Amino acid sequence: MTTALLSLSGVHTHVGRYHILHGVDLVVPAGGVTMLLGRNGAGKTSTLRTIMGLWRASAGRVTLSGEDVTQRPTPAIARSGLAYVPENMSIFADLTVRENLVLAARSGEIDAERLRWVFGLFPALEKFFQLAAGALSGGQKQMLAIARAIIEPRTLYLVDEPTKGLAPAIVANMISAFRELKASGATILLVEQNFAAAKALGDTVAVMDDGRIVHAGAMGELAEDVDLQHRLLGLSLDRHQ
Amino acid sequence: MLRHLLSGDLPRSHALGAVLMIVLVALAGAPFLFPGSQSLNVAAKICVFIVLAASYDLLLGYTGIVSFAHTMFYGIGGYGIAIAMHGISATWGAMGIGIALALLASLILAVIIGLFSLRVRAIFFAMITLAVASAFAVLASQLRDITGGEDGRSYSVPMVLRPSFRLFDEPVLGVSITGRMLSYYIVFFSSLLLFLAALRIVNSPFGRVLQAIRENEFRAEALGYRVVVYRTVASVLSAAMATLAGALMALWLRYTGPDTTLSFAIMIDILLMVVIGGMGTLYGAVLGAVIFILAQNYLQLVMAKLSAATSGIPLLPQLLHPDRWLLWLGILFVLSVYFFPTGIVGRLRAGRR
Amino acid sequence: MTDLKQIDWVPLGLIIGMALLALPLVGDPAAWLTLTAAGLAMGMMIFVMSSGLTLVFGLMDVINFGHGVFISIGAYVALLVFVPLAAWGAADSLVLNLSLVGLAILVATAATGALGYAFERVVIRPVYGQHLKQILITTGGLIVAEQLIHALWGANPIPLRLPETLRGSFLIGDAAVERFRVFAIVLGLAVFAAMYIGLNRTRIGLLIRAGVENREMVEALGYDIRKIFIGVFVAGSALAGLGGVLWALYRQILVASMGMEMMVLIFIAIIIGGLGSVGGCFAGSILLALLANYTGFLMPKLAPVSNILLMLAILVWRPQGLYPVAKR
Repeated sequence: MTTALLSLSGVHTHVGRYHILHGVDLVVPAGGVTMLLGRNGAGKTSTLRTIMGLWRASAGRVTLSGEDVTQRPTPAIARSGLAYVPENMSIFADLTVRENLVLAARSGEIDAERLRWVFGLFPALEKFFQLAAGALSGGQKQMLAIARAIIEPRTLYLVDEPTKGLAPAIVANMISAFRELKASGATILLVEQNFAAAKALGDTVAVMDDGRIVHAGAMGELAEDVDLQHRLLGLSLDRHQ
Repeated sequence: MLRHLLSGDLPRSHALGAVLMIVLVALAGAPFLFPGSQSLNVAAKICVFIVLAASYDLLLGYTGIVSFAHTMFYGIGGYGIAIAMHGISATWGAMGIGIALALLASLILAVIIGLFSLRVRAIFFAMITLAVASAFAVLASQLRDITGGEDGRSYSVPMVLRPSFRLFDEPVLGVSITGRMLSYYIVFFSSLLLFLAALRIVNSPFGRVLQAIRENEFRAEALGYRVVVYRTVASVLSAAMATLAGALMALWLRYTGPDTTLSFAIMIDILLMVVIGGMGTLYGAVLGAVIFILAQNYLQLVMAKLSAATSGIPLLPQLLHPDRWLLWLGILFVLSVYFFPTGIVGRLRAGRR
Repeated sequence: MTDLKQIDWVPLGLIIGMALLALPLVGDPAAWLTLTAAGLAMGMMIFVMSSGLTLVFGLMDVINFGHGVFISIGAYVALLVFVPLAAWGAADSLVLNLSLVGLAILVATAATGALGYAFERVVIRPVYGQHLKQILITTGGLIVAEQLIHALWGANPIPLRLPETLRGSFLIGDAAVERFRVFAIVLGLAVFAAMYIGLNRTRIGLLIRAGVENREMVEALGYDIRKIFIGVFVAGSALAGLGGVLWALYRQILVASMGMEMMVLIFIAIIIGGLGSVGGCFAGSILLALLANYTGFLMPKLAPVSNILLMLAILVWRPQGLYPVAKR
């Protein structure tokens, strides 16, 4: 087994009166892309939110590079090297594209070379650099959300459904951007409903159902085993393939 | 029988039941138990404020929204009586017209405020009611020709309610039955009836929906309840009850003016009564009103003694000055919100278990 | 907001349009100028008092009904400067007079800022995310604080004399514009400019603007929003204190409830402006105060409800206020 960068063991999460995660065990190895799959409501977004400390785990442990981060406040977790792209993108609509990126650069200055690299991945952002982010199209907002996460190198990127609701051409743009990020040696935990995208990017995969991990292994195995796909992903597969 | 009268919402605590019983008996027998115009005045005020606080609890405790316009509706009731009795005649008919028009005015205002602020954002409600109520208060003191301005209006009431009226030639139980006493019993029984009506409302299916909305707005919405409509109806009911309370008070005082009906100070008083007594219980309104009015009338005497006893110590005499009685109730209020959100009633009920 | 082209000019046009429309209605240009100056001065004071409140709401969803306390306390603390140094105010010297006012403002804002820090820690913190309790607790704080002012300074109104050179009026043609109003306008504009630059040109300002939009995402980017919030709360309380000093000088009489009396206008201003928006709060305050002055002159009977009617009209037009804040 490769060294685990992030690991969750027996993580339970409650939101209000609702018990959402029922003991999640998940290992994200350093380097490469781990796909987190599962149908709607399986607990994927909740898992990412729990890792970020936006929802507090009521039981279990989250460790990052061997350090227990379970009870740390969100800003501290972010500062230990996590970048997060939430499901709804959460870009700052009243801020300009530039301000969105400046905010993500902890030093307060964007590294010029890194910015050129990001512009190479998403040329639209260069064009609208001084425009209010709220004026961008849906796809461009998603690009900005990802650009904001990668504007500085981080230990681990948590990305929640980046291709949701996007046109195929933009999905292709996203996939190639993640390929390039992966090629730079990054570790990514990617939630995805689009199985084609998952196949194209994933090295390892974990499948969730009803607040638990029900399958974990190499992406290749799952990609070849249609029966397994059907059993694990059922509905969501029918919709996306 | 009793269970039916209380709409199945029993005090659920022996101590609370006993206290409520004492309050009921004391208020019912006030003219005989505590003769004298000052104590009868206190008793009538308690009756009216029980209704006023209970109607406010309908909104605050059962619906979870804060209104600062409750005194406006209370004032509308008072001015309804004042304008009718002063402008038309001191008759029962005029009184009826005054109350009907006041209820209509309250209804319209409550619907407008509710739809406007609750539709946009519930948090607006507190701010907008504050703004509307203060504008109303200024308006009431400016429209001198109608309201009597800052001085307010004094007026006569129907003959049988005047102090000079005697029902019997002979005193009963050593007390003569005056028009004042008849007025008191109108106030008392109307208040009792209105309080029982409030109990009926909160224990109806409608009341249950309100509480469901208070607990979880989004879930209630998801279950198909029109949250805005329910909240607006609740605020209309609460406003109507406050209007009637205002009419009762006007009838008792034979005077209506901005300071006794519309002032922000009274709004604060109502808030203190409901929170200290216990939000969302209605019985809390009873205890809150009783404690508050008694404190208003008698705590000052105690504080005057304490203030005199501590003279010489820096600051303490100022803090214990009789005029600072609201300071201590304010502190009690803040502590209640933090530590006893269910107020005295909640404490009493918890103590039973 | 950094690019001028991206500013929504419509609300600002509304203010200018209202002023221009009032000119023929008022008829006499001198009276119009006096009214406009009075409206602007009043608007600036409302803005100074309300700007902190709107940011506090935008950033942490905290609604502080006790904000008015800081206004009253600012005014009363300023007495600690105005009374012993009364000679500075009586002197016919602009330098001495302004030093006196400046010193009073410094002491008042320091006191209300410090008090704001304590208030946030003790009163607000336990009730984060609970609107009902926030309203109740902060209203309770208001009652207690007003009573404490009574206990410390006495229950009677306290007169305050305006420093000598700020008394009287400037004559512009036939129009008399009170000097203190000019002073208030200048100070209000300075506060607005400082806030605008602070919010748009500094990193803290960037964090505040981002936090108003989406607090959670700012945290997920690694910033501790609570620290930012405490800073904003303290600044907002200090500004309320500054507003209190101005308001006291304007009224020339102090009562404990003077802050609470302003809360109505303050709430209307921040609702009109769009909760969380400083620019909106500025536009809303000016609009509110100008309209109040014009209707007070043209239709005095309508004046008390002009605020409410303005608020209703704006909410019908833009339900989220003049400058809606993008929220999640």
